[in-house]
Amino acid sequence: MKKSRLLMIIGSLLLLGLFVFPLWNITLEAPQYPIPLGMDIHINKFADTHEFDIKNINLMNHYVGMQYIPETIPEFKIFPIVIGIMVFLGVLIGFKMNYKWFIGWFILMSILGIAGMYDFYLWEYDYGHTLDEHAIMKFTNPDGSIMGFQPPLFGSKDILNFTAHSYPMTGAWLMFTGMLMTFIAFFVGKKEAK
Amino acid sequence: MKIIKSIFLFVISTTFLISCGPPTNKKSSNKGAIGGNAAEKVYVAPGEHDSHYAFISGGFSGQLAVYGLPSGRLFRVIPVFSQDPEKGYGYSEETKPMLMTSHGFVPWGDSHHPDISQTNGSVDGRWVFINENNTPRIARISLETFETEEIIEIPNSAGNHSSSFVTENSEYVVAGTRFSIPFPQRDMSIKDMKGNFSGALSFLKIDPESGHMNIDFQIKMPGFNYDLSHPGRGKSHGWFFFSTYNTEEANTLMEVNASQNDKDFIAAINWKKIAEYVKNGGGKKMPARYAHNIWNDDTHTAVSTMKKEVLVVNPKDVPGAIFFLPTAKSPHGCDVDPTGEYIIGNGKLAAQMTIHSFTKMIKAIEDKAFDGDAYGIPIIKFDAVNYGTLNQPGLGPLHTEFDTRGNGYTTFFISSEVVKWNIKDLKVIDRHPVYYSVGHLMIPGGNSRTPDDKYLVAMNKITKDRYLPTGPEVCQSAQLFDISGEKMELLLDFPTIGEPHYAAGIAAEKVAANSKKIFKLTDNKHPYAVKSEAETKVVRKGNEVHIYMSMIRSHFSPDNIEGVKLGDKVFFHVTNLEQDYDVPHGISMIGANTSELLIMPGRTTTFTWEPKQVGVWPFYCTDFCSALHQEMQGYIRVSPRSSNIKISYTLDGDVPGEDDL
Repeated sequence: MKKSRLLMIIGSLLLLGLFVFPLWNITLEAPQYPIPLGMDIHINKFADTHEFDIKNINLMNHYVGMQYIPETIPEFKIFPIVIGIMVFLGVLIGFKMNYKWFIGWFILMSILGIAGMYDFYLWEYDYGHTLDEHAIMKFTNPDGSIMGFQPPLFGSKDILNFTAHSYPMTGAWLMFTGMLMTFIAFFVGKKEAK
Repeated sequence: MKIIKSIFLFVISTTFLISCGPPTNKKSSNKGAIGGNAAEKVYVAPGEHDSHYAFISGGFSGQLAVYGLPSGRLFRVIPVFSQDPEKGYGYSEETKPMLMTSHGFVPWGDSHHPDISQTNGSVDGRWVFINENNTPRIARISLETFETEEIIEIPNSAGNHSSSFVTENSEYVVAGTRFSIPFPQRDMSIKDMKGNFSGALSFLKIDPESGHMNIDFQIKMPGFNYDLSHPGRGKSHGWFFFSTYNTEEANTLMEVNASQNDKDFIAAINWKKIAEYVKNGGGKKMPARYAHNIWNDDTHTAVSTMKKEVLVVNPKDVPGAIFFLPTAKSPHGCDVDPTGEYIIGNGKLAAQMTIHSFTKMIKAIEDKAFDGDAYGIPIIKFDAVNYGTLNQPGLGPLHTEFDTRGNGYTTFFISSEVVKWNIKDLKVIDRHPVYYSVGHLMIPGGNSRTPDDKYLVAMNKITKDRYLPTGPEVCQSAQLFDISGEKMELLLDFPTIGEPHYAAGIAAEKVAANSKKIFKLTDNKHPYAVKSEAETKVVRKGNEVHIYMSMIRSHFSPDNIEGVKLGDKVFFHVTNLEQDYDVPHGISMIGANTSELLIMPGRTTTFTWEPKQVGVWPFYCTDFCSALHQEMQGYIRVSPRSSNIKISYTLDGDVPGEDDL
């Protein structure tokens, strides 16, 4: 088998890691939490980093009127299907199609990824800004606007007594690596075609 | 003549003045610790952990205190034999059964000798056993929860003193009787004591999985007083040694009449032989009455059972299993060195220590080198069993512990000192004063083959001027020594709760990792537990009102209750719904004739309240749980007996769980 096809197929298959490993992690650090609170985001669920972390994040957040982290969200139904289809398409393209399709798959996957991140941002925004009007503690920004508690999309940020960290996890790294392989597959394929 | 007299007086007073000099120096040497780097050796920086746990009994407090070494910081007081309103122990419905005895509910106890469970001759950090002296009992404390899990009463016993020491694989924990008493109890004249009283030595089998204790057999010994004991180890594993006093069998003015014999005995018991005898159907079941109380971490409740009989072994029926070793006057401590070869009698009223040899003892038994018998139990000839005597090491030897380098460390109550001596050479190496009147001492892992011999803790009965005064009653204290060098170095004084009677210590790493953080709500099998706020409710059953209440940061559910009437008995069954480490909540009700409750995450606990006045009465959280702790409160309306108000309950205006339906 040609090197480019192998890269394309393996690259697509690496996305399967998302069914096993978490995609993203949000960790909250505070002095009274020597073991920080953490939530792992999978493509199909929210999970505790340590047992009961989500329950304890909810308990913390209710003081400022934040919503409870839902048991499930519609995305958890859609994401696995999308990823499943993309893996199937990728492998199919790897076996049957011309290298030009490789870049096509890569672009589609990139668009889907960006859409996913945007969706995540919207949820985070809503989570951090739609506060209970009966919140126990209300904080305002220096300009007088209501303070939001949106965790960062990527990176670290101080929110009141907490430092929030938001970073990709193993599942995402496997996906990035896989996508990079399909991208390279395109150029290798191009070279092989000459 | 007058002049001569004056000169004489002058000489005397000069001598007196001169002799007054040294105490001043001595005083400064009392603080010798300042001279070296002692402060550095006991300093545990903020946020750092101590290297050892010390479990120091509270003596007449009835409890067991947990300290860190080398800092001497107090972490926790584990309630064992006494009620503790701070923790609701002995007050909550769930813990009351722990303090049940054949005499009914006993709210206080006299805790004495903690000992840590062992595996292969080393302390393993699973459980601490501790005895109660007054109403004879042994308790088992879990080192996962640091809570008392089991208490068993010892029948036919009075003053459970030679207890609660554990054999090297935690096969048995023992109990002895300090008072000889009629066995079984009966109405008889005290003066007829001699020959008619007995002393029970009890061997309790430990279940290797659950730790549950069960009296396997009681040996009906002659009516001496049994003081302290220690198990054999290594070569002497299978034997147990008990010190005795009052072999005179006196029953009055004991301080004189029990101190007439120059020698009392150490009783050597081949428990393996007796266990075998019992296993093959030996012994006689006798009627008895004793409580066995077991705590269950699934139901968060203790159950007390009254046991009806006990297996009694008469020494005459197991020949070759029990011997007496003559030992200098009224020995207190009866200690076995890490190799199991030396059995040391600390002759409290003699200025000497008796060191017996296990090897010689076995040979003497083979050779029948006996010097008569006492009530049919052979007395081994002193010279046939004795390895040697340490003469004049100090006054009032009480207790010896050991390092791994062949040395013993003995406390001397009367001369207020700890003396380090070499067992083989029978030579004193070092002595250090303690302040004052030291009782027992502890080297972590002391009762084992593998003492962890860096530190030594001396426990003192008297402190006088050592701390800031606090009126007539001042603290008792412990003193920490570094024993890693040739000379003992005093590092630290620290005050203790109650009387620091005896202690057991262990390296922190053997315990800390297993310490439980929370109880899982999903595992909670308490019959009145609620798993969520939606399950909270209030139910009337005749005159009883049962509140199934929850607590979580920072409210109770329900927090408004109406329909309670005078004459009702209200049961608060309160579940802490938290599942986060170190987030307990408390609860107290105005006018409740009981203690608060302090409830750990995932646990359900109950207290009762019998309202005596009509009105609206508040309850609140007693543990500063969160930023909204002050708001964690609620009301109960109490109506007259004749009122026909039905039970109702709400949280934030709604009946809990209703909007979920």
